[in-house]
Amino acid sequence: MRLGRMALGCAVVFGVIALGCLVGPLIAGAFGVDATTIDTLRGAQPPSGAHWFGTDTLGRDLLVRVMIGGRIAILVAVVTTVIALAIGVSWGAIAAYTGGHVDNVMMRVVDALYGFPTVVLVIVVMSVFETRSLVALFALIGAISWLTMARITRGQVLALRDAEFVEAARALGVPAWRIVFRHVLPNAFGPVIVYATLAMPQVMLTEAFLSFLGLGVQAPLASWGTLVTEGSSQIVVYPWLLVCPGLAMGVTIMALNFICDGLRDALDPRTRTRRS
Amino acid sequence: MIRFLLGRLASSLVVIFVVATASFLLLHAAPGGPFATDARRSAAVQHAMEARYGLHDSLWRQYVREIGSLATGDLGHSMKKDVSVNQLIAEHGPTSAVVGLLGLSTAVVFGVLMGVTAAWRKHTWVDYLLMTIALVGISIPSFVMGPLLIAAFAIQLGWLPPARIDGLTSYVLPALALGLIYVGSVARLARGGMLDALGQDFVRTARAKGLPERTVVWKHALRLGITPVVTYLGPATATMISGSFVIEKIFQIPGLGTYFVNSITDRDYPVLTGVFVFYATMLVLLNLVVDLAYGVIDPRTRRR
Repeated sequence: MRLGRMALGCAVVFGVIALGCLVGPLIAGAFGVDATTIDTLRGAQPPSGAHWFGTDTLGRDLLVRVMIGGRIAILVAVVTTVIALAIGVSWGAIAAYTGGHVDNVMMRVVDALYGFPTVVLVIVVMSVFETRSLVALFALIGAISWLTMARITRGQVLALRDAEFVEAARALGVPAWRIVFRHVLPNAFGPVIVYATLAMPQVMLTEAFLSFLGLGVQAPLASWGTLVTEGSSQIVVYPWLLVCPGLAMGVTIMALNFICDGLRDALDPRTRTRRS
Repeated sequence: MIRFLLGRLASSLVVIFVVATASFLLLHAAPGGPFATDARRSAAVQHAMEARYGLHDSLWRQYVREIGSLATGDLGHSMKKDVSVNQLIAEHGPTSAVVGLLGLSTAVVFGVLMGVTAAWRKHTWVDYLLMTIALVGISIPSFVMGPLLIAAFAIQLGWLPPARIDGLTSYVLPALALGLIYVGSVARLARGGMLDALGQDFVRTARAKGLPERTVVWKHALRLGITPVVTYLGPATATMISGSFVIEKIFQIPGLGTYFVNSITDRDYPVLTGVFVFYATMLVLLNLVVDLAYGVIDPRTRRR
C-alpha cells in the first residue's frame, strides 16, 4: 500500500499538531506560561516573540489555549469516532449478514436518517435535558455519525458473506455472531478505517458547531469551537483571536481529509481522485 | 412507479410520526416538565397554567391530543412569549429560506462548474488544482468563513453590508458563508458522476455525430453526471439547517434559526420541539421530491 505524497505530508502535519497539543502546554508551563493566568494589563497583544499567537482579551497566552483546545478537540474526535465506528460497523454487518427483511428495514432507517436534521435533534436533546457534560457530548455526536460507516460495512460484508472461508466456518458450525465478528469483519476493515478518518473531521466540525452555540465544551475547558466563537466577535479589532484558532482547526481538518483521500486511493484504486 | 411512490410516501409518514412522538416525549422528559423554569410563580398560578395546557391529563391522552393538533398543522405555542410556533415560522421562516436557497445555489453552481471542469480535464493540473481547492474548502467551517468574509468584503473593502438584512446586497455574504463549505463536496460528487457519464456509450455516440464538445459535456453527459449531486441535496439541506443557525447568528439575520437558538437559552421547550418537527417534516418532504426528481433526470431508475 502506497500513500500519496500529499497524504503522507498531511499525516506528518497532523502528527505534529497532535503532539504539539499534547506536550506543548507542558513545555510552555516550564517557561511560566499557562492558559489560566489572567493579566489584563497584557490583554489582547498581537502575535509576538513572547506570545506566538498573541494574547486574548484577558491576557492569557493564545497559543497555549489553542493547544489545550486542540487536546479537547482531538479527544472528542477520537472518542466519538470510535463510538460511531462501533454502532455503524455492527449495524451494517448485522443488516448485511442477516439479509432479507431485516436488512431492508435497517437500511431504510439509515436512508431516512441521512436526510434528517440529526444535529438539530442533538441540540434539542442537549437543551431539554440541560446537560453540558462531555460524556453526553461524546455519546450524542457518536450516535448521529455512524450512517456512512453502516453503509460501507454493509457493502463489504455483502461481498464477503458468500466467500468460501465464511462458508467453511458455517459448515464447521461456528455461530453467526462469531462468523460476523471474527471472520468477516476483520477482512472488511480497510474501507471502514478510511471512512473513520473521514468521520473524524466531521465530528470535529460538529463539536465546534455545538460549542459555537454554547452547548459543547464548557468553560473552564475550551475547545477550538469555543475559541473561534470568542474570536469571531473580535474579528475587526483583534483579528488573530479568530485567525489563530481558526487556522489550527482548519489545518487539522484539512490534513485529516487529505489523509483519508490518500488512504482511499491506496486501498481502492477505482475511486482514485488523483494519480499518485 | 406508482407503487414506488406510495411506498416512499408511507415511509415518509412513518418518519414524521416518529419525529412527532420523539418531540412529545422530549418535551415531557424535560426535568420538572415544560413549566418548571420560573421559581417565582406561585403554586396556584403554576397549577392553573398546567391545567390550561392540559398537563394533568394522563400522558396517553396528552399524546393523542398533541398528535391530533400536529396533524392539523398546529406546532404548539411558545411559553415565554405570546406567539405560536406557526407565527414564528410564518414571520421568520421566509428570510431563512431565502438565505438557505441562495446558499444551496452557491454550492450547486460553483460545485458543478468545478466538478465538470475537473472531470473534463481529468488527470491534468486543472483537475488536481480544482480538487485540492475543493478539499481545502470542505475544511473551513462556516463560523470561520463568515467572520473572515465580513472582515474582507464588508470592512476592508466596504463592498457589501456586514450584517442584517437590508436590501438585496446583504444576502450575498451570508449565502456565500453558508454555501462555500458545500462547494467542495458538490464538486467531488459532480466530478465522479461526470467521469462515469463521459465513459458511457451515448456520449461516444454524441461525439461520433460530430456534436461540439461543449454540447456533449454540458448537455448530454451532464444530465447523467449530475445525479450524485441531486442525491446529495437532501443531506446537504439537512446540515445546512444547522449551518443557518451559525450564519444567522454571525450576520444578525432575524431568521427562524436565530429564534431557534435563542429558545435554547430561554429554555423555551415548545418552540424547540415545534421548530424541530417543522424542520424534520420539511426535509422528509424534500427528500421525497429529490427521489422523484431522480426518476425524471435518469429514466433508467423509473423501472425500479
